[in-house]
Amino acid sequence: MTANKYDAIIIGGGHNGLVAAAYLARAGKRVVVLERRHIIGGATVTEEIIPGFKFTEFSYVVSLLRPEIIRDLKLPQHGLKILPLPSTFTPMDNGDYIAAWDDHDMTRREIYRHSPKDAEASDEYSRAMARLAKAIKPILSILPPDPTSFHPKDLFGLLKLGRFAASISEKDLYGLAKIMTQSAADMLEEWFETEPLLGTKSASGIIGTFLGPRSPSTAYVLLHHYMGEIDGAFRAWGFAKGGTGGIAEAIGSSARSLGAEIRCNSSVKQVIIKNGRAVGVALENGDEIRAKAVLSSVDPILTFLKFVESKYLPADLIHSIKKYRTRGSSGKVNLALGELPNFTALPGEGPLHRGAISISPSIDYIERAYDDAKYGRFAKEPFVDIIIPSVIDPDMAPPGKHVMSCFVQYAPYDIEGGWDDAKREAFGETVISAIERYAPNIRRAIIGKQVITPKDIESITNITGGNIFHGELLLHQLFFMRPATKWASFRTPVDGYYIAGSGAHPGGGIMGAPGKMAAEIAMKDGI
Amino acid sequence: MQRLRTTPFHERTSALCQPQNWRRWAGYFVVGSYELTIEREYWAIRNSAALIDVTPLMKYVIRGTDAARLLDRITTRNIQKMKVGQVYYTGWCDDEGKMIDDGTVSRLDETTFRLTSADPNLRWLSMNAVGLSVEITEVTDAVAALSFQGPNTRTVLNRCCEKPVDELKYFRLMKNKISGVEVTISRTGYTGDLGYEIWIDAKNALAIWDTLMDTGHDYGITPVGILAMDMARVEAGLFMIEVDYTSSTHAWINAQKSSPFELGLDWTVSLDKPDYFVGRRALEREKKEGSLWKLVGLDVDWAGMEELFAEVDLPPMVPGSAVRASLPVFVEEAQVGYVSTSSWSPLLKKYIALAHIERPYYEVGTDVRMEITVQHHRKQAPAKVVKLPFYEPEWKKK
Repeated sequence: MTANKYDAIIIGGGHNGLVAAAYLARAGKRVVVLERRHIIGGATVTEEIIPGFKFTEFSYVVSLLRPEIIRDLKLPQHGLKILPLPSTFTPMDNGDYIAAWDDHDMTRREIYRHSPKDAEASDEYSRAMARLAKAIKPILSILPPDPTSFHPKDLFGLLKLGRFAASISEKDLYGLAKIMTQSAADMLEEWFETEPLLGTKSASGIIGTFLGPRSPSTAYVLLHHYMGEIDGAFRAWGFAKGGTGGIAEAIGSSARSLGAEIRCNSSVKQVIIKNGRAVGVALENGDEIRAKAVLSSVDPILTFLKFVESKYLPADLIHSIKKYRTRGSSGKVNLALGELPNFTALPGEGPLHRGAISISPSIDYIERAYDDAKYGRFAKEPFVDIIIPSVIDPDMAPPGKHVMSCFVQYAPYDIEGGWDDAKREAFGETVISAIERYAPNIRRAIIGKQVITPKDIESITNITGGNIFHGELLLHQLFFMRPATKWASFRTPVDGYYIAGSGAHPGGGIMGAPGKMAAEIAMKDGI
Repeated sequence: MQRLRTTPFHERTSALCQPQNWRRWAGYFVVGSYELTIEREYWAIRNSAALIDVTPLMKYVIRGTDAARLLDRITTRNIQKMKVGQVYYTGWCDDEGKMIDDGTVSRLDETTFRLTSADPNLRWLSMNAVGLSVEITEVTDAVAALSFQGPNTRTVLNRCCEKPVDELKYFRLMKNKISGVEVTISRTGYTGDLGYEIWIDAKNALAIWDTLMDTGHDYGITPVGILAMDMARVEAGLFMIEVDYTSSTHAWINAQKSSPFELGLDWTVSLDKPDYFVGRRALEREKKEGSLWKLVGLDVDWAGMEELFAEVDLPPMVPGSAVRASLPVFVEEAQVGYVSTSSWSPLLKKYIALAHIERPYYEVGTDVRMEITVQHHRKQAPAKVVKLPFYEPEWKKK
């Protein structure tokens, strides 16, 4: 037993854990972060898997990182640079393409080629979504109000709280009611008619979720992703210099400069509880570390079911965490390339390579991909969201060479017969073939690859089920119900023990809000 | 790769555009000014003949037995009463009576109309056309448009058109020929002067431009960019979307929306027309209850401004062109509104502004104060609420 005495221990050195540590250290608290792996970042990590080629292994873009966190922790001074990802390009099966460029007029012209009505709808839709996101966004930075303590049965009571809903029109309020219940497909089909446009837009409704675009409640996920787009001048949507690992490095550097200690290769075994209060942690290597409080930034399953003996927790909480939906549905294929993919629809190097490239020819295409996953197979024709980090940040690959990040859905965690090397290889091949249909040179361009299944996400990052959001962003797992009803305040039934990761309000994505709010709550409790 | 569009006149306009002063308008490049200073272009509008490329105006042809019904249903004006060859200026609203856009409706024949607008409206038109026998075609690219403005324009047109335009009345249109090419000429414009707009099949654009420039040479014809037009339209009391009002489809909050009454378009709202039209109920309510604010003219008191500048030993200094900056307007200590566009008027020798003023201060004759900057310090210049337009020559409608 070591005599180290800290104010707080943070379990997990992912971005939320680091944010929590930095805020605590900033307030003068003595903090130690315990990271299981040899590097910090968790799923927010960049690794040189092939010499010279830096892979954004898991998460690959950032949109929701809270601007106040960037300011408070002085992240730009610690190397954070969020570079623009200006466009989205969707190749089509008929040899054409549809794109959203960074310029409004250009995008309108482009969509107009396919459907004049969609070109106009696109403008109105963006504005309507932005208004809804604006109404709901302040909730991201505050504790989720529990509507049962205000207006019973009135889910929208919580939206009316505070000034943020004051300006919302009746029409938008109905829009909000719809978006809370509809499927992404139903909502989008009210606006658009062009198949690949529908497919591409619907994709943001299913990312990280074990649902298809026609499943109810996916419309909300779409809105969740939209929130990154409304910060205007200080918008944070883009690609972080150095990959998402660059974000973790910046937060880590800030935390260290504020006095936080970060220990890698420190795997936590259990939280030590004395008289109903968390007083430290026991490490796998037998060491014990004491502190006034423990903040767990890992997922709810580990937080509640692994680190804490069930005798310390109420049965209903244990029950709901056991039922917590955190099945992974996505994989990654990271490629080292000798040349850029050359798309038949728009040959040559061009602006399309600077933005996102989406293999999403229609809603049905994505829904069929989901059908495969539903019955335990990876999608034979998957949805792929591609970015080429080395075009945006030349330091990601050797000169003239490239790294390409392919986010893939669907790849079920519980694949029939379990994941093995052969299945992983076949999954990677399927993804490359899906890209090859539109960029025939891709296979020739590949120098090296890394294929990541949900099982790999779990084994590398330790996120249960390999779910990128620490639990799906479904309405019954959000706001005052994340991760469980009655326990959405970052506190747990164990005094001095807090949940500070993406499994807490307001949810996943590189946002930092759960880490920051958990730290604030812990300090409010007097640690 | 991806480029902004140019208009069918680009070959001519780009050769003439000395300062490389290009502006974006609805996805096109158009000339901001052809010369290094815009003064001569402004005076061409008021004194001779200004030739302005206005092709980026969105244009729709609405055809069918229900074409009039559709436009009657969407716009605030009584389209059923409109005669063939007539042009209406109108706004159109959402269900809450807030302006979506504004433009002109031309009745080309019994069942064919042309609508111009600032923003794309195909989706809105189509949504409202459900169940109606009507066909809507966007012709923005297919129809090139020149605005020909100024006191000499009638003479120039008479010299190059097949038929004289003397009989063409204000807000009417006629079919005509220039150098043997068919065109439509409407007596409309955005300057408040005598003027015409010429609607041309895009493939004939250059031929028409050349003929007008040749014929107009002895009458002071001048290619004019949109910056000079911007000054003229303020004098004419004409507002601009996204500058002086926000389309209700783009507004973030209700306070950013405007009704036609608030914008001073009372004369365009035909509450006496028999049928339902979009926004009718809300507009009837507003008509009864009065508007909370109005778009009015402000005439800035020159002597009062002189005093403010004299305090720091400066003569009054005003920008040489129209300024799209929001300037607060006060009565005593309270802000009662804001200016959305202000401009020096070279003709009137006045500093004028379009302002949004709250009730009851929008009454003509009310004394207010408008913020100006004097040697980097904010001051308030005395101004008076006046009726729009600031300038209306007798030949505008004659």
